Amino acid sequence: MKDLKSQASRNTTPGKGGLTPEIQSRIGHQLRAMYDDVVRQGVPERFAELIKKLDTPGGTPQDQSNGGSNDNNGRD
Amino acid sequence: MPLTESLRDDILAAVPSLRAFAISLSGNADRADDLVQETLLRALANIDSFQPGSNLPAWLFTILRNLFRSDYRKRRREVEDAEGNYAKTLKTQPSQNAHLEFEEFRAALDKLPQDQREALILVGASGFSYEDAASICGCAVGTIKSRVNRARSKLAALLYVDGAEDFGPDETVRAVIGGSGG
Repeated sequence: MKDLKSQASRNTTPGKGGLTPEIQSRIGHQLRAMYDDVVRQGVPERFAELIKKLDTPGGTPQDQSNGGSNDNNGRD
Repeated sequence: MPLTESLRDDILAAVPSLRAFAISLSGNADRADDLVQETLLRALANIDSFQPGSNLPAWLFTILRNLFRSDYRKRRREVEDAEGNYAKTLKTQPSQNAHLEFEEFRAALDKLPQDQREALILVGASGFSYEDAASICGCAVGTIKSRVNRARSKLAALLYVDGAEDFGPDETVRAVIGGSGG
């Protein structure tokens, strides 16, 4: 870890826009670390709920098609 | 296509990386989550226009990116203010050494032009191909490549050439190693 960092700092010979392979990999590493930190947080409840709620496209409520006709048949 | 169970699962599965993209773009977690929410609502409302078998993450990222673009134009001044305050915070809190390297990186990323930042994130962090990134950004593949290259060069200049001695790499590394346990 320490080696990686000090290497990256030492090899800053500003050649092609200051980009040595070490620096390039350092940038890639930090970029992914930052990104993956958020990815690892998973799906917040808020979004899971949202997608669940919008499960039925067009918003046609299911109970209307049932008509409630069978509800009382088995009573007593 | 209709919103099938498996399509819904695929959308859910894309949420973590959508959030990461949104936070990388906006630098603000609350705004990022609002962006993700709006993206999901748009996606679900327009799900009929999604082509089955095409790249769902790329489709979702395109929606988010366009939303951010229009939002960003509106809030530009606000964003610039935030950047100034952010830099101030960094310099007045030496106790946060463990996060200094990360914060420096974030701050440098925020200094990139919008086009370059999004290209670098899509290719370097989200793992999209140059082709997918080009379609998300609505530009040519060559344009994406050159944006990514310029973004890398600029980050290198900001982080490892000019500022390298200023923030003492050894000290930072020690702090990161020492502070990571716990």
